[in-house]
Amino acid sequence: MAEIIQEEKGKDGKKKTKKHPPHIDMTPMVDLMCLLIVFFMLTTAFSKSKIMEIVLPEKIKDPNQEAPKISASRTQNIILGPDNKVYTYPGTVKPENYNNLPPLRETDFSDSGVRQILLGWNRTLFKKIDDFNQQVLRGEMEISQDSVQGAIRKLKSDDDTGPIVLIKAYKEANYGNFVDILDEMNICGIARYSVVDIAFYEEQMVEAAAGISSDAESSSN
Amino acid sequence: MPKIKLPTKSPRIDMTPMVDLFSVVLIFLMLTTTMRQPEPAIVDTPFSISEQPTPDFDMMTFLISNDGKVFMNFDNGPDTLLQYRPKILQEMGNRYGIEFTEAELRTFEKYKSSLGVPIMQMKEFLNAKNSKARDDLQVGIPLDSADNQLGMWILYARQVNPQIQACLKGDARAEFPVVKKVLDILQERNVKRFNLITSLESAKINLEEIQQ
Repeated sequence: MAEIIQEEKGKDGKKKTKKHPPHIDMTPMVDLMCLLIVFFMLTTAFSKSKIMEIVLPEKIKDPNQEAPKISASRTQNIILGPDNKVYTYPGTVKPENYNNLPPLRETDFSDSGVRQILLGWNRTLFKKIDDFNQQVLRGEMEISQDSVQGAIRKLKSDDDTGPIVLIKAYKEANYGNFVDILDEMNICGIARYSVVDIAFYEEQMVEAAAGISSDAESSSN
Repeated sequence: MPKIKLPTKSPRIDMTPMVDLFSVVLIFLMLTTTMRQPEPAIVDTPFSISEQPTPDFDMMTFLISNDGKVFMNFDNGPDTLLQYRPKILQEMGNRYGIEFTEAELRTFEKYKSSLGVPIMQMKEFLNAKNSKARDDLQVGIPLDSADNQLGMWILYARQVNPQIQACLKGDARAEFPVVKKVLDILQERNVKRFNLITSLESAKINLEEIQQ
């Protein structure tokens, strides 16, 4: 906006003050605001952290009580090893085979690693869940979000072909691996999995596979 | 050649739009902010695909730092009148024969971040003058079988607030045996259902890939 400021001379020859709007220097205000913005940006927790639910089995306190029996043919073992490695082997090891341990399959947490193995084990159930999800997404089925969760849970509990995954952690595994593997269970829709203690022969198997000498391990204990 | 004389006066920049913009951003930040609680240890949580948000109350959180220290935190409940925190501390004091004064209980109620103080040093911790002295006392909660204070905290937290849920917030690099110990203590106390605090990450699976 252009203002025409005319210099007028009064009758008595006095100069009138100019009609300039007073200029306020805003720089300190801007400085202050910058500081506040930086402060708020740094202290704000933008993304709220998420939670992942996990259920542990009941601790067996009575020594006479036996652990629940599970069918060995459906059992798959996952052992979290050192250096972000994952080892798997199927079935269970009977006491008479302690000298003849099954070989471990080594894999990792990449998309082509443990996820493919899990999906391979769980293909039927995963397809069922995926088909169901697709139907909901395409609008062929009108169902509320809660019922979707319930229906998937139902699919999982009805499933009797998928693997029973036992997750064990070697002592050098870290917590990140543990969360990653539980996450993979959710991604692959594994219906039955449990976190259990690692057995001594499994520790030996990991040590053999990872090339850790068990002597050094036992002396450090 | 005639020189062109440039005006020596520096041009005045109008800051008003900038101030306007800053105000808007500032107001937005002030309204949406939820202050991040300072934690005694820096914890990088692992990633997962879970989208369940963390509940605001009825939580007891176990913080596991990457050097194997365990800290614990619990909230005051949905209503500040419930005063879960001082009640739990009082129970702990009774258990270990330590009498906490009213002022100490109030300090504990207001102290919002996680605690890693053995109960014997709790009085000293609450009466500490500055945060430096407090940080020195944060050595992690003892959890070995001879002195299982973590188990006691869990016991009393659940007694005082039966709705309390356990949450585990571990550093991705924390060693598993420490985590296992915490899980075992939880299991011993019959806490079977609990939550792992993670950050969100997306996962994509191509069905075509796995059908080979």
